[in-house]
Amino acid sequence: MSEQMRRVAIDPVTRVEGHGKITLLQDADNRVHEARLHIVEFRGFEKFIQGRPYWEVPTFVQRLCGICPVSHHLAAAKAVDQLVGVEELTPSSLKLRQLLHFGQTLQSHALHFFHLSSPDLLFGFGSDVAKRNIIGVIEAHPETAVKGVKLRKYGQQVIAAISGKRVHGSAAVPGGMNKSLTKEERNVLLADIKDIIAWSEEAVSLNEQIHMAHPENHAFGKLNTNFLGMIGPKGELELYHGGLRARAPDGSTLFDQFDYRGYQDIIREEVRSWSYMKFPYLTSLGKEKGWYRVGPLARVNNCDSISTPLAEAARKRFKAFAHGSFVQDTLAYHWARMIEMLYCAEAIELLLNDEDISGSDLVVTGEKRSEGIGVIEAPRGTLFHHYKIDEEGMIKKANLIVSTTSNNQAMNESVRSVADQYIDGNEITEGLLNHLEVAVRAYDPCLSCATHALGKMPLQVELIDANGGLVDRLTKGSNGNIERSL
Amino acid sequence: MSTKKKVRVATTSLAGCFGCHMSFLDIDEAIVGLIEHVEFSRSPINDIKHCDPDCDIGLIEGGLCNAENVHVLKEFRESCKIIIAVGACAINGGVPAMRNHYTLKECLEEAYLDGIGVENPMIPNDVELPLLLSKVHPIHEVVHVDYYLPGCPPPAEAFLKVLTDLLEGKEPSLPKEILHYD
Ligand code: SF4
Repeated sequence: MSEQMRRVAIDPVTRVEGHGKITLLQDADNRVHEARLHIVEFRGFEKFIQGRPYWEVPTFVQRLCGICPVSHHLAAAKAVDQLVGVEELTPSSLKLRQLLHFGQTLQSHALHFFHLSSPDLLFGFGSDVAKRNIIGVIEAHPETAVKGVKLRKYGQQVIAAISGKRVHGSAAVPGGMNKSLTKEERNVLLADIKDIIAWSEEAVSLNEQIHMAHPENHAFGKLNTNFLGMIGPKGELELYHGGLRARAPDGSTLFDQFDYRGYQDIIREEVRSWSYMKFPYLTSLGKEKGWYRVGPLARVNNCDSISTPLAEAARKRFKAFAHGSFVQDTLAYHWARMIEMLYCAEAIELLLNDEDISGSDLVVTGEKRSEGIGVIEAPRGTLFHHYKIDEEGMIKKANLIVSTTSNNQAMNESVRSVADQYIDGNEITEGLLNHLEVAVRAYDPCLSCATHALGKMPLQVELIDANGGLVDRLTKGSNGNIERSL
Repeated sequence: MSTKKKVRVATTSLAGCFGCHMSFLDIDEAIVGLIEHVEFSRSPINDIKHCDPDCDIGLIEGGLCNAENVHVLKEFRESCKIIIAVGACAINGGVPAMRNHYTLKECLEEAYLDGIGVENPMIPNDVELPLLLSKVHPIHEVVHVDYYLPGCPPPAEAFLKVLTDLLEGKEPSLPKEILHYD
């Protein structure tokens, strides 16, 4: 490090789930030389799951993340299906799991946009910190906010109907599901689905408008990356089960319809000393070039179509925005996320009208195996669960690659790009700090999942000179005001 | 609308999964009525980073797994008249406390040295990373707790009932139907 370098820290990043902080290294001219998002907590799941029976796993891995517990539940369940030798579920169980997953994705996407990110997009990145939250949105835009709250509520109701509880219910069992939906339960959910679809469409339009109306948002934290995600057999958007597809920024295909059980051949994870979150990369491209993005932006770019009509129309407008090539705008994550929410709403309607979800043929059995790998497209991206068991059925080895981990490098690069664009040569203000957080928030990171732990700290920025002397310190007070304490 | 001073509520998630916060948000539209009587101080859903010194109620999700958790918990205890331990993790450590069966070293080695597909194996070690506690602890081992709201997570109705009771100046109590431990 050259002598003139100084450290700037943002601790913590807020309105995201989990605990991370951002540090920057700047030279005397305020040029940003390094930007890092550190994940600062650690839980140790891979170890303490060892020695536990495999059938416990789906109900208890969900306690890694209360925002997308169903994703962990289902990824683990898919791995456990293999442990009990089941390759294919009954139609009833498959559709119930898909319905559960769509409910989950709908609620998570609604939560992320309305509760966490909409304040930035509706009020501005540097807007009044006291209003920059969901309560502020309820007061300023009550209609939009209440629809957002009800969209999330609906997703939670789908989850509760299938799993018994909104958060941490139980649904999947080895080789199937533990119950189906009654006619009454289906009718209750069907009663509101038209509103849910209409409001999801409005949310897509709102995000389209915001992105179009703010050309400065296009370059904000923009990167040119590979995309990884699951894909259906016809190249359509698929969230529950399919092959893996990776594409390079120029649109060329790196691999397609790849059986995810071979994930160890295509992905490695690098450990770096300064973060508890690892850095995955595509093995064939190596550490430098192999990092990639996952989640809504990756999926909507990567797929060739969406199977439901309204979401497909929205996807086409999305593609038209980039003239058919990839939309690499980081803030377009929000737009893509809303397209997926619309897809989930439409897919939920189809499934609720499908007799199979009330079927009674729910469980398949098979020959026990020693290894299972389950992969799913969680709201935040591709989620890998991998378990090995001993003869007694006890877990010997567990490996998780959670969605947010795959975006680790990308979040770091976006932070760096925003720092270059907005911090370079400028005096730090609360509004500028929030710009860095906006870049991270676009990814909807779940730092809880990524480290299996959580925590929050006050926001403070320190400028420290090369000799360790404190040059400047800004603290965001409880009223949201910025104070300079030097 | 009454001009009565709003009750200030602060919330935090320590070593928890955020599920308790999600369950609180599961009060859905009732939040619109709630914010007529309640205002939020420090919480993960806003950008307020410190508790106001005169908070009325602090809701704590999660136990203690590192030094920062302890620091935040102490801030809450100093700032809030009433501290409520919310959910299994805050009350008895919950799932994160399962690591207590192993040493911290074993847990770190499994994740960063012996993991599948790990490149550049090493235990992350940087001044930016806070000190991990050797064991995960429930919060009552460190501060006085006024009320315990059980469940994993407690149901949304339980949050609403406890807050409503406190707003009305009553001793909180949960009817059987919304008293859950799962
Ligand atoms: S008690 Fe349950 S829901 Fe609450 S933080 Fe702990 S694991 Fe999550």
